[in-house]
Amino acid sequence: MQNRLINWFKFSSPATFYPLARRLAPIFWAIAIVLVAIGLYMSFFVAPVDYKQGDGYRIIFIHVPASWMSMFIYLVMAGWSAIGLIFNTRLSFMMSQALAPTGALFAFISLWTGSFWGKPMWGTWWVWDARITSELILLFLYLGYMALVAAIDDRRRADRAGAILLLVGVVNIPIIYFSVKWWNTLHQGATIKMNGQTSMDETMLLTMLIMALGFWAYSIAAAMVRVQSIILEREAGSTWAQELIGERA
Amino acid sequence: MNFLEALDMGKYALYVWGSFGVTALCMIAEPLLLRGRLGRARRRIARLNRLESNKQ
Repeated sequence: MQNRLINWFKFSSPATFYPLARRLAPIFWAIAIVLVAIGLYMSFFVAPVDYKQGDGYRIIFIHVPASWMSMFIYLVMAGWSAIGLIFNTRLSFMMSQALAPTGALFAFISLWTGSFWGKPMWGTWWVWDARITSELILLFLYLGYMALVAAIDDRRRADRAGAILLLVGVVNIPIIYFSVKWWNTLHQGATIKMNGQTSMDETMLLTMLIMALGFWAYSIAAAMVRVQSIILEREAGSTWAQELIGERA
Repeated sequence: MNFLEALDMGKYALYVWGSFGVTALCMIAEPLLLRGRLGRARRRIARLNRLESNKQ
């Protein structure tokens, strides 16, 4: 047990995590490229045409994975923030900050593709429906978090203020997820339910899951690259960072 | 079904390609921006190193 704790905390230092992030990033880029390529191929060449929505339904293959990622990344960020507040580890806050822009990107993609799907199917680009509105609030939470962290000059205070904002905002995640159950909305119900039931053709489901895994790998890769930048920006004055760059130059 | 037929989204072309296109743009732009930022961070430290060695 003692050994385990030491191993975990070893990577909570930016100086030891930096080389790990450097090694992991290319691996996850490669996984992401392969999975998304397979997912795209299946989206257009393998998955059948929907009997009701024709080819228009194919938007689901990016809309659902992007929506999942937008919610999941937020939860991971909140988790890192909680760890940061409890153990006072700088790297945890850096991880939250490294994930935020990617999470915001997926929230934007979710809203954008939802809008492009809503127009042909519902006849409107936008409605103030419970699920769509709560997803928009999620995008604002991401943007608000990034703005707050950037606005405070004292890094430690910025970390803590951001972490608290993230933890308070977690309340929005179950609202998004259960909105289609709790309220009468224009948005359709969940495609894949918590109890494992799905309302989808198997090929379509498989395609969506492959795309979702690809988006996962993409998010990890992006976070691993961004965290390297954050570490170097914040530790620029430290001896280890100067030695590291000096060795490679 | 040939290649072009498979990609013909008929009346949904604007919506499907509008979705996939913007997603592709975002997911290509982000890694490029990230690469730029990491390069800038590394160059800054290299500059600091040079300044320090000039002082000595």
